[in-house]
Amino acid sequence: MNVFRFMLQNRGQVLELTFEHLRLVGFSTLFAMLIGIPLGIAIAHRPRFNRPVLASANIIQTIPSLALFGFLLPVPWLGERSDRLAILALTLYALLPIIRNTYTGIRGVDPAVVEAGRGMGLTESQLLFQVELPLAVSVILSGVRVAVVISVGLATIAAAIGAGGLGEFIFRGLAMVDDRVILAGAIPAAILALVADFGVGWLERRL
Amino acid sequence: MELAASSPAIEFRDVAYHVAGTQVLSQFNLQVQSGETLVLLGRSGSGKTTSLKLVNRLLSPTSGDVRVKGVSNSEADVIRLRRSIGYVIQDVGLFPHFTVERNIGLVPKIEGWADDRIRARVQELLQTVGLAADTASRYPHQLSGGQRQRVGVARALAADPAILLMDEPFGALDPLTRDELQREFLLLQQRLHKTVVFVTHDLREALRLGTRIALMEAGRLVTVLSPVEFLRSTDSLAAAYVRAFGEGLESAANRGTS
Repeated sequence: MNVFRFMLQNRGQVLELTFEHLRLVGFSTLFAMLIGIPLGIAIAHRPRFNRPVLASANIIQTIPSLALFGFLLPVPWLGERSDRLAILALTLYALLPIIRNTYTGIRGVDPAVVEAGRGMGLTESQLLFQVELPLAVSVILSGVRVAVVISVGLATIAAAIGAGGLGEFIFRGLAMVDDRVILAGAIPAAILALVADFGVGWLERRL
Repeated sequence: MELAASSPAIEFRDVAYHVAGTQVLSQFNLQVQSGETLVLLGRSGSGKTTSLKLVNRLLSPTSGDVRVKGVSNSEADVIRLRRSIGYVIQDVGLFPHFTVERNIGLVPKIEGWADDRIRARVQELLQTVGLAADTASRYPHQLSGGQRQRVGVARALAADPAILLMDEPFGALDPLTRDELQREFLLLQQRLHKTVVFVTHDLREALRLGTRIALMEAGRLVTVLSPVEFLRSTDSLAAAYVRAFGEGLESAANRGTS
């Protein structure tokens, strides 16, 4: 098992790149939640906007990731630091599953429950925070789960613009035509994806 | 009752409600006296539920005025208005993620009642609607349909509203449970004297529970009659209802037992 010996020998760097990777995924998921959940709630309450918003998020999803990283390079402030840029791009990709699931989750709340709540005199924010969000939370979290898994994979490409992360090993290995180096990036990335999937899934069941 | 007659609990003045060009309700004039149970009777699409939702302003009239306790709904604070009116619907709409206790105690809680006062109130209400004290800690999905609707009624009564709106509350229940709940409703009403507006398409239920029956058809109020008058009415629609429901209605009519 050459790969594992290689990883063990370079464990410092493996760990460092793993943390970089986590940082990219963590920040982008956080930003995507901060933008996507309110947006999903907004379009669930104003169905007129659901098509344009979901269509935009869909279009973003179809842009090839390498191209998106490239597009964003000339943007001032963002282009200065490649990790900022990577976080923005990953945030954009994570939006669709989060917006869509928030929308679906809120729309899926039994209309009788919402009507009863409104009829009882709950304000719109009480209705949202005490009824709609708690009932939609597992659907929203499953969107977050999808977003995280996608991000872990996509973040490997961020290394192409110098943003770091486990993609460093992958690109280096490709250049060196050395499978061990490629796998030293790919294996931890796969493990990260599995752990993240399991972790958010666990949270989903708990709530 | 003279005083009550001078200021109706609920009043519809020339109310019309249109949605997307369709007239759901037009020229609707009706007064509901405090303490009475007014039944809105009519077939689906006759405007019963719409009328009910105009009272707690889940809908706003296209024209005309709905007044609750003498105040126009368009001037009232909508949240305060709704909290002063109990609302019970056919699908109950209990919050599935709350226990029975939290369901019943929600309005008192957001009104800032102390926890022990809420707990006492919940126990009192469970007793009022004929549920065991330990129901408080259960979740809606653990209850039968009849129990759920009892919780729905208890929840509507939580903040002791003077007015109760009930939209086919017993419509989805099996006949035995429905009969039980109707009987309990009458007993409850003898004690509490709420102003109740009750929507149904079941004449038997209307005769049994109503002090007056407002017959509706195609968004208009046809006539308002007491149960006994209803049975003798020469109005063609009322007569059609009586025929459709057949024999044995006489014994069902509410003759004002209180």
